[in-house]
Amino acid sequence: MPVKNSQVNDFVVRFANVNGTGSASANFLFTKAIFRMGVYVTPKNIFPSNIQGLPTWYEVRVSEKGYLGRREGIDLMVCVNPQSMAADVASVNTGGYFLYDSSKNLHAEYIREDINYIGIPLMEMCNTAFTDPRQRQLFKNIIYVGALSALFNIEFKVLEELLAEQFQGKEKLIAPNIKALQMGVDYIQKNYTYPLPIRVERRDLTSKLIMIDGNTACGIGAVYAGATVAAWYPITPSTSVVEAFSSYAEKLRTDKITGRKNVAIVQAEDELAAIGMVIGANWNGARSFTATSGPGVSLMNEFLGLAYFAEIPCVLIDVQRTGPSTGMPTRTQQSDVLLAAYASHGDTKHVLLFPSTPKECFEMTADCFDLAEELQTPVILMTDLDLGMNDHLSAPLEWDDKREYKRGKVLNAAELDNTKKFGRYLDSDGDGIPYRTYPGTHPSKGAFITRGTSRDEYAAYTEDGAAYQRNMDRLIKKWNTAKTMVPGPQLYQDKNSFATGLLFFGTSTYSAEEAMDTLREQQVFVDAIRLKSFPFNKTVEEFINAHEKIFVIEQNRDAQLKSLLMIELGVDPKKLISILNYDGTPITADHILKQISKNQSPSPVLNKASK
Amino acid sequence: MTYIRPKFRHPEMPKNKLGYTLNYYEGALSTLCAGCGHDSISAAIVQAAYEMNIEPHKLAKLSGIGCSSKTPAYFLSNSHGFNSVHGRMPSVATGANLANRDLIYFGVSGDGDTASIGMGQFVHVIRRNLKMVYIVMNNGCYGLTKGQDSATADEGSKNKSGNVNLFQSIDLSSLAIELGASFVAQSFSGDKTQLIPLIKAAINHPGFSFINVISPCVTFNNNVGSTKSYDFVREHVEATATVDFVPEMKEITVDYGKGTQKQVKMHDGSSIQLHKLAEGWDPMNRLSAINAVQNARAKNEILTGLLYIDPETRDLHHLLQTSDTALNALGKEQLCPGSAVLKELNDEFR
Repeated sequence: MPVKNSQVNDFVVRFANVNGTGSASANFLFTKAIFRMGVYVTPKNIFPSNIQGLPTWYEVRVSEKGYLGRREGIDLMVCVNPQSMAADVASVNTGGYFLYDSSKNLHAEYIREDINYIGIPLMEMCNTAFTDPRQRQLFKNIIYVGALSALFNIEFKVLEELLAEQFQGKEKLIAPNIKALQMGVDYIQKNYTYPLPIRVERRDLTSKLIMIDGNTACGIGAVYAGATVAAWYPITPSTSVVEAFSSYAEKLRTDKITGRKNVAIVQAEDELAAIGMVIGANWNGARSFTATSGPGVSLMNEFLGLAYFAEIPCVLIDVQRTGPSTGMPTRTQQSDVLLAAYASHGDTKHVLLFPSTPKECFEMTADCFDLAEELQTPVILMTDLDLGMNDHLSAPLEWDDKREYKRGKVLNAAELDNTKKFGRYLDSDGDGIPYRTYPGTHPSKGAFITRGTSRDEYAAYTEDGAAYQRNMDRLIKKWNTAKTMVPGPQLYQDKNSFATGLLFFGTSTYSAEEAMDTLREQQVFVDAIRLKSFPFNKTVEEFINAHEKIFVIEQNRDAQLKSLLMIELGVDPKKLISILNYDGTPITADHILKQISKNQSPSPVLNKASK
Repeated sequence: MTYIRPKFRHPEMPKNKLGYTLNYYEGALSTLCAGCGHDSISAAIVQAAYEMNIEPHKLAKLSGIGCSSKTPAYFLSNSHGFNSVHGRMPSVATGANLANRDLIYFGVSGDGDTASIGMGQFVHVIRRNLKMVYIVMNNGCYGLTKGQDSATADEGSKNKSGNVNLFQSIDLSSLAIELGASFVAQSFSGDKTQLIPLIKAAINHPGFSFINVISPCVTFNNNVGSTKSYDFVREHVEATATVDFVPEMKEITVDYGKGTQKQVKMHDGSSIQLHKLAEGWDPMNRLSAINAVQNARAKNEILTGLLYIDPETRDLHHLLQTSDTALNALGKEQLCPGSAVLKELNDEFR
């Protein structure tokens, strides 16, 4: 049988499970052990929109080089789901391994000559060792983790430590788990040659990192940013944002003596009500946010238009999933870009931030609150299922204690006393941003009616076309001010020096960076830019002007970001070549590289420019 | 429609305890049709706020879309207002209330805004027992789009174009009681003596207060055959009781004549005094309230007055255990856990 060359710290393992069988925590244990051994690891959950009984996969990429994007090709498949076995066998790389439950014989049609089989009688072993039916089910998973630890040379001590941490306070559970792990180890040691050529070797690459999902980071970000009102409606993949916010707020914002909380969280009746509550709270001077996904953003359109036009801050975290309609609710995509940018009828534009790591989820969530209040407009954090629900290695979350909340232009009672005539929509500072007042501030000054109808500078209802237009033009002035305030893009070079550029954002970043490394190894040089926000600032415009061709990498069918660049910057569409990924799985470096080489024109665009 | 309102006021116009005259509580000139019931309700709101010595800036008025939802412009011009989107006022009020529990929240809606497009939010704001006043100015039709039937139009009622409504009406008061609203009243825009004390009691109520006010649309639904016309309503009104709101506890001095007295003590020592007119009705018993409303409906009567009250009710803030300090008054010191705590949180993810 062919055996692959040694792949130390560089391989992909995929687990094929049945959802609802407790595999998630076993698989997480495996991933975390590799992280604790100091090696880069990135897991991806590929799960169904279902609670129990359907196939679910968990893919773990181990990468010494620190590549955190997904990679195609399975080096070792752990298959404990007969339902998906045919496809699972087929997906293993030549020379790879197929680990399966050998309690029953493998069907002849699943036998491939070019891969290696590792049979472990998981069910039999469990039935012999455990009596409780639930334990028989759960420990199958732990046994294969034990087996993998022997095959990959994962230190047993690390697994023991992790179990001890996991079951702190429930120590009774540690012993049976260790027993199951050991059963897996023993079986491999007795029956197979170990470790495999693909294996883990301890390094010191990850000691400064944390392993966290983006949604949790967003939730913590909202706590740090001082959000006090959260209103939401459950929807995958955004639910865990508010769950995280709720659990950290519960812990950090509850008075230990009285039990009273400095936070109010409401599960609304629908997304319309959720965003309505957020707008009401922000109008009244509390920092408030909601989290949702594409279908929710569709429902929130009307209110977003109100918040834009009436100039009320509001923060919306859009954890994008595969659309349109209900689409693939548990798969990832970056397909709400246009929806979010121009949400609602009439002329509207919204500020978007694009995080690409959990650390940025944390920081940008906090930035959203500052920007929303400074600009008095909705700000939408455009994250996605891949970033939000998968664990990622990330730099630790950082908070500068000197950082103050930027509450924007809000007049207090004393300031109102010094104001001759308060004009809610007066552009006193020439930046398009007017002053606001909270209800309850002053007995006789600063009251006005907030409305979605047209109004003059003093908030009085008007149907005067000139006054309407003045207001719309001021909103554009404010939009231009926003360009100077949103986080600028990341440039990968000090100076733009090649003819071709790569442009990407959000979760395409890991794979784009990996593709750039490969291109460099192939002596193909490109400049690159990562967008962090909309509206696009000057640096983005300069980058586009400085290149003949730009590959725009994004995860949707319709090249939405490319459209946005064309609409907002007037870029010639011929200059922008789309690299698109929209099958619901996170984009890979291989995919990007293939698309780039396919799109090379007769005179190669990727050669060094003669600048 | 009135175009001009003289600014002149009698120099000795009476002032309330805060030193404000009645006109301090007024709003901009109404642009509704002359004789619109809604304007009478606005006037009742002005009167109630004046008499209750409310600091106008300590009240926020919210509305949705429609003729009724325009009215916050026509009362309490020293209060902040929020004319939001159609049928969504309850959610905006919920957010606003959670942000600052110290203000009075006064919501105004219409029958289209509440019983059709906003039914979902209406139902859920009751479920959450948000402390607010929710007035429906109910005229059974869509005035601003020229008189289409609304969901509260009675079956068989005829509109101005002579069309007879085929559908059963939604009775908002019964629904509110059914859903567990802790204060439900019904009134008529033409009956200020009843409406003003009801508004006062509603403002004072510690939970969600609902007042369904029949408010005839003079332009599109005041014709013969309509069950929401001035004439019809006047002829068919039947009150549960005469109502008086007493701001502080004091001896009952008002005597309404024949019948029994009932005094409902409010949480803060104030009280509502009722002079009962309806048979077998107890305002603190939901079942009897529902019976009274339904019996009246069966008799083709419109039962007005206080229908149901639970003076001990507990609002959303109580359920969520939020701090006594308004959330919008908290700063970084109270809200941000700081970098040292973040270090610990980071360690949980290693």
